[in-house]
Amino acid sequence: MATHPGQLADPPLADTAVRVRDLTRGFGGRAVLDGVDLDIAPGEFVALLGRSGSGKTTLLRALAELDGGVPGSGELRVPAERAVVFQDSRLLPWARVLDNVLLGLDGADARERGRAALAEVGLEGRHRSWPYELSGGEQQRVALARSLVREPALLLADEPFGALDALTRIRMHTLLLELCVRHRPAVLLVTHDVDEAVQLADRVLVLDHGRILTDRAITAERPRDHHDPALAAHRDRLLTALGVHR
Amino acid sequence: MTELSLTRPREHARSVPEAGTRLAPRPRRGRRLGPGRAVPGALLVGPVLLLIAWILGSGTGLLDPNTLSPPWTVVTTFGDLVADGRLQSNLLTSVRRAGIALVIGIGLGVVLALVSGLSRTGEALIDGPVQIKRAIPTLALIPLAIIWFGIGEDMKIIVIAASVFVPVYINTHAALSGVDGRYVELAETVGLSRRAFVRRVALPGALPGFFTGLRLAVTISWLALVVVEQVNATSGIGYLMTQARNYGQTEVIVVGLVVYAVFGLVGDTVVRQIERRALSWRRTLGS
Ligand SMILES: Nc1ncnc2c1ncn2[C@@H]1O[C@H](COP(=O)(O)OP(=O)(O)OP(=O)(O)O)[C@@H](O)[C@H]1O
Ligand SMILES: [Mg+2]
Repeated sequence: MATHPGQLADPPLADTAVRVRDLTRGFGGRAVLDGVDLDIAPGEFVALLGRSGSGKTTLLRALAELDGGVPGSGELRVPAERAVVFQDSRLLPWARVLDNVLLGLDGADARERGRAALAEVGLEGRHRSWPYELSGGEQQRVALARSLVREPALLLADEPFGALDALTRIRMHTLLLELCVRHRPAVLLVTHDVDEAVQLADRVLVLDHGRILTDRAITAERPRDHHDPALAAHRDRLLTALGVHR
Repeated sequence: MTELSLTRPREHARSVPEAGTRLAPRPRRGRRLGPGRAVPGALLVGPVLLLIAWILGSGTGLLDPNTLSPPWTVVTTFGDLVADGRLQSNLLTSVRRAGIALVIGIGLGVVLALVSGLSRTGEALIDGPVQIKRAIPTLALIPLAIIWFGIGEDMKIIVIAASVFVPVYINTHAALSGVDGRYVELAETVGLSRRAFVRRVALPGALPGFFTGLRLAVTISWLALVVVEQVNATSGIGYLMTQARNYGQTEVIVVGLVVYAVFGLVGDTVVRQIERRALSWRRTLGS
């Protein structure tokens, strides 16, 4: 369940990539986040579920420090090396694919690394395309490559696979897990898909009424078998937490 | 109620399979709401029609030669002016003036737009004066410009540049303020420096506006040229035309007009070609 300050001993700071205490954010006097507490360990993969409008993007934007204008309070510690995958792919339309991937990076081997990242997301040879020439899923994969090429300590992803077909989605899951094993970033993945959360994450959170009211650790070995009864149990509990009754 | 009874039969009719027509191949069309297929030689259609009207008008005597010289007289006059070198030397002077003024005006417009678009202080300092300048016609500036800069080349170039920078500034500035905030956010998350932000996001984002301004600027440089050359000059196409007016030579005036028109069109076409290249990443209604 949710950790409240004082309830549990805080893990030492050195062992956390993200520490959030009593975070509140609101729009026009309406509290969207209302006392969120969250720790993410280095290399830990956390999935965040919640109904539409529950404040998932608001929390993610707070962690990305993109919400300067939003009133709120709370303690927030995040690593400086962050990468964000937005809900839209957000490629610069006037930059070719490789330049989008490399945005803000320089150095002698940057182009090589950019190409390698594109190859990793299955877009080898498309580095000279314009964003409008790519399909929605391909654009989203470029956005993923843009995040991964930075080797971040924290990867924040807001429904990155929403626009993908089932097969590409599974390929992207495999890819993301491989990349996580290799680079060991802490990950916060916002998703609507309970299956996706259970397949990928070490921990699944449910955001509800501005707080994290459910926090389930999932210890099954990867790669995970969709039909594993332990996973099914997690799925049921999470769906219940989301208000889906069957 | 009435709406229901109106739509029902139509829906019904659509659901009935009509064997022959249902699978009939439809011709492939462009965008339904687009402007349609490109007309071959679109740029020339209008001017050529005008030219034909002119020829017909003069040939049938509908157009009095004292009002507008017939095309053939204009052509021979053109030949004479080229033969004695007057056209070339005056044209060169005019093009040089317009060119230098364009370079200065465009540079000024872009720099001011950047300063004012990227900083609130810059905007407070720059935007107001430019809007005021915009309200003042070029012609009205000339008396003051003569007092300040004399009647030489400097004055002419300054007056033209002062007219040219306005559309460049206004359009570049508008496009810059209109750059999607989501891209600014992206730039922040990938940690772009101020310089890299200007180069990678602000400038390319403002480019479509800049080109709109540039096309206006090219036209306006030509207009301002006419004004300064007819008020006070001893060379240039405008001077040639002013002299012709004093001697009542409409054919020379028409040659001057045609030269202005041709150069104006050429300038615009060149800018449009550059624009097409530079903005090849866009997919728009017009493309
Ligand atoms: N800039 C804003 N101004 C006003 N209200 C906002 C703003 N951004 C978000 N909100 C409100 O805050 C609430 C939470 O929004 P948020 O985008 O975090 O939801 P979400 O959980 O990401 O939803 P979804 O799953 O649909 O993406 C919503 O009710 C939304 O209307
Ligand atoms: Mg969201």
